[in-house]
Order: sequence, then structure tokens, then C-alpha cells
Amino acid sequence: MRAMIEIDNLTKWYGNTLALDRATFSVEEGRIVGFLGPNGAGKSTALRILTGFLPATSGQARVNGHDVLMESLAVRSSIGYMPENVPLYPEMRVEEYLAFRAALKDVPSAKRRAAVDRVVQRCWLKEVRRRLIGQLSKGFRQRVGLAEALVADPPVLILDEPTIGLDPTQIEETRKLIRSLGGKHTVLLSSHLLPQVEKTCSHLVIIADGQIKAAGSLDELKKGLAHRQQVVVELRTGDAGEGPAEVGRALRQVAGAADATTEEMGGGWLRAVVMPAADADPREAIWAAVAQRGWQLREIHRLAPTLEELYARIVAGESAVDKEAA
Amino acid sequence: MGKVLLLTRREVSAYFVSPIAYVAMALFLVISGIFFALADFRPGAPAAMRSIFDIMMFILIFILPIVTMRSLSEEQRSGTIETLLTAPVTDIEVVVAKFLGSWIFYLAMLAPTLIYVVLLAAFGNPEYGPVASGYLGLALLGALYVSIGLFASSLTQNQVIAAVTAFVILIVLAMLGPWVATAVPSRYWIIPLRSIIKYATVRTHYLDFGQGVVDLVHVVYFLALTAYALFLTVKVLESRRWR
Repeated sequence: MRAMIEIDNLTKWYGNTLALDRATFSVEEGRIVGFLGPNGAGKSTALRILTGFLPATSGQARVNGHDVLMESLAVRSSIGYMPENVPLYPEMRVEEYLAFRAALKDVPSAKRRAAVDRVVQRCWLKEVRRRLIGQLSKGFRQRVGLAEALVADPPVLILDEPTIGLDPTQIEETRKLIRSLGGKHTVLLSSHLLPQVEKTCSHLVIIADGQIKAAGSLDELKKGLAHRQQVVVELRTGDAGEGPAEVGRALRQVAGAADATTEEMGGGWLRAVVMPAADADPREAIWAAVAQRGWQLREIHRLAPTLEELYARIVAGESAVDKEAA
Repeated sequence: MGKVLLLTRREVSAYFVSPIAYVAMALFLVISGIFFALADFRPGAPAAMRSIFDIMMFILIFILPIVTMRSLSEEQRSGTIETLLTAPVTDIEVVVAKFLGSWIFYLAMLAPTLIYVVLLAAFGNPEYGPVASGYLGLALLGALYVSIGLFASSLTQNQVIAAVTAFVILIVLAMLGPWVATAVPSRYWIIPLRSIIKYATVRTHYLDFGQGVVDLVHVVYFLALTAYALFLTVKVLESRRWR
């Protein structure tokens, strides 16, 4: 598959502030990729460099095979870009604005009408097509922005926070729309909320402090987490009378366990969560330890790895992630 | 070129739905109408528009910054500059279209003053040559003022700051020559400086138009300064790339 977006060692300084630090990733044709990171991580900066609005301090970026600096017009022709907060001209009517943007993006005048109709249909703008943009609600403005990005049918779509400020129904609709764009279009959309991209995108690029912390398909990222799946154990010490503290101590001593927390569940049952050491699966050892002490075991299972956890750790700070990886 | 026309059309139609543009237009017509009535349109005065053409040089210093102030600053404030400059258009096309849009609005603002010519013709027998050259002068003057207003509005997101900046540049550019000539004492070293400043001043080059003189030097002065101000505006837009 051909890489539609390639970013290679991209660095951006704003004065003395480092916004992007040797960022490298690529997006293959037809994929919907979520660009995930906390606020201020450098997402918008990277997207602005891709669209040719800002130049990078160093490094290269290519879109659809064109260099963003040397062949800026060719790059801009192949991108539909929706900036953060969706800037629009409030004094224009929806239809008028879309036709204007279509003309600006070289849609031939004979096809312009059809192009506008198509995106009006696609982005559910029918009932507001003659309204002034300044009078539209946030949700409709967002859709106008999306329609504008789509109007020239560009191969690459770059959407900066497309669902921010929308209500849950609108988020779901927008997500459906974006998902339907995959295959034909290459989509790079940024967000600071994992749940929003997890459902829309097949691939993720996670950025924090200007550095790319993780990139890959959702499955790959989850697999990468598998080595540190927590084990949940529910047990009763019965007549032996050991309390949570003793159980915790015992589980921590099990081979392959790094840490354990326990809590009482009532009826004498205890729930323990065991953190495995890197790459270890301590389930058998836990069972053996429990059996040896004569405790009753009613449940033992591994927690499915979640991206939330990974993302939270990346956001919390890179040192923690590095320690896990080591 | 097609892109320039497209963008220009949007600029012009944005003016005609903007209340502030109508306010500026009304203000201009009221003030210039008063001056026309007092200076040119009175019994015994020659049937000419010399005074009003001269006075417009000052009126427009106050009016045109209001017309141009939102041009680029509003795009920067609202963020539409980002969609505009990431569309497949060059910075030069954007600036030229912005300029043409404001200038065309200015010409539309000027059009109602043609009624002064009609009034003069109804009550007297005006010479049309100086009137035509006077309007040519106004068109060139407006181009210069608009380009400077555009430059000022590229510098800031704030419309008021843009208007005041344009106003200050224009008042210096228009008035510095006469001020230096009258207020600065003559010393031998100041005389060459004074003539340089005199030739750089709008007034020196503008007044002839109202008297029926179209001097190529004056035309070139206005066109060159307009082009220079537009060039600076393009550079300001480009400066986002290295700021």
C-alpha cells in the first residue's frame, strides 16, 4: 500500500518552545488514522505543517507524494482540511460558501452544483443550505466545515478535532460519516479523547510533548500491551483467618508478580489485583500459592488490555512508559 | 487570475453585507457633501470641484482605514485565514484580491459623489477635464490608501489597531511634507532632506490631479507606493512561515 502521508523527523520550534520533536510516522492510502494526544501535544502543529500553513523547522513531510514545502499547491489540492474550531465566514450562506470553496479548490464550474449537492446530502445540511453560517448552531457549523473539506473530493482529509463541542448524537453521526469515508479517502483526524478515535479509526498515532509515543493499528497496540495484563483473583481465606494484608503479601511473593492490591468484598471474600512483572503470566503460580495455603478460589482472570491505560500512561509522562517497556 | 476574480467577488459581496462598511460609506458621503456645499457649491464660486478634491485627501485618511481594517485582521482573528491560505491559492493572489475588493468598494463609495458633477452642470458650466482628472487622482489616491490599510490589517488580529495603524501611516505620509516645510526651521543641512520628504509626500503628487494636470510622475508615484504596500502585505503573510 502506498503511503499518502509521510512525516519524517519533523521538528518545529516556536521561538524557544519545542512543539514537535523529530516526529516520524506515515499513513497508508485508504486508512482512517486517529492522531491522539493531550492538549498542547503538538497535534495541530503537525497538521498545520501537513497542510502547508506552517513550515517545519526541520524534517520533511509529504502528502500524496508531494513535498509540503516545495510543492505546496499540489499538496493543498489533494487535501481537504478542517481546522480546529472550524473557522467559517458568518456572512455567507451555507450553499454559497460551499460553492465558493469548491471553485477555490478547482472544481470545474459545470460540476460545482453537483459537488455542493453531494456534500450537502452527505453532511445532513439540507435544511440549512440557505441559512447564514453565522446563525447556525455549533453542530451545523461543524458539518459545514466537514462538507467544505469534502467538497472537492480530495484523496486526503485532515480533520483537527472534528467532534469537539458536539453533543453525543452528533458525535455518533460524525463518526459514522468519517467511517464511511475510509477506503476511498485517507483520513487523519486528531483528538484528545481516546474513545472518540477508538471507534472511528483502524490505526492510531499517539503523540505527547511533541514526540510520537506509539503508532500502529489498534490490534497491534493492544498486543503490545498484552505483556502487562493484570490478573484479578477472588478468594476466601476461610478458617485460616488471614486478612487482606496477609493475602496481599502472599500474592506479591508469587513468581512473576510485581505488585498486588487487595480489597474486601463482604462475606469473607477478597478481591486481589495482581500486577505481573514484565512479560510474565503469573496465573498458574497464583493458583498454586492459593491451593498450597488451602484458600478457596472462585475466580481468576486476566483483564483485557485497554488502550485507555496505555494512553493514560503516555499522557501521565513518558518515564512510566519507558520503565514498562524495559 | 480566475482565483483572484473569485476571491475579489467574495470580498466585495462581504462589504455589501457589512454594517461597518455602510457606516463608513455614509460618513464619507455626509462629510464630503458638507464640504462640497461649503467650498464648491456656492453662489459666485467657479463651477469646479477643486476644493472638494483637495479636501477628500484628508477625509479619506479617516474613512478608508475603517473600510480596510477588517480585511485581513478579521480573517486572522476568526481563523478563516487558515482555510484561506491552505486552499490552492498563492499568498499573492489572496492579497491582490483583498486589495481589489476594498478598492472596488471604495469606487462604489465614490460613485454617488458624481451627483456633484450633475449639480454643477445644472447650475453652471463646469469644465469636465479637471473633473475627470480629479476622479483619476481620487482612484489612485484610494488605491494607495487601501493598500496601506490592507498592510496595517495584515499586522494584527484587532480591527481597531489595524484602523489606527493605517490612520497613523496615512497621516504621516500625507502631511509630513507640508509640516516639515512650515514648522521646521531652515538650516542648510535640512534643505535636501526637506525636498526628499516633500517628494515622498502624498500631497505633492495629489493636488495636481484636481487642477486638471495628469503628470506621469504622479501616476507612477501612486502606483509604485501601492505596489510596495501590497508587496509588504504579502511578506507579512509569508512571515508566518518563519515567525
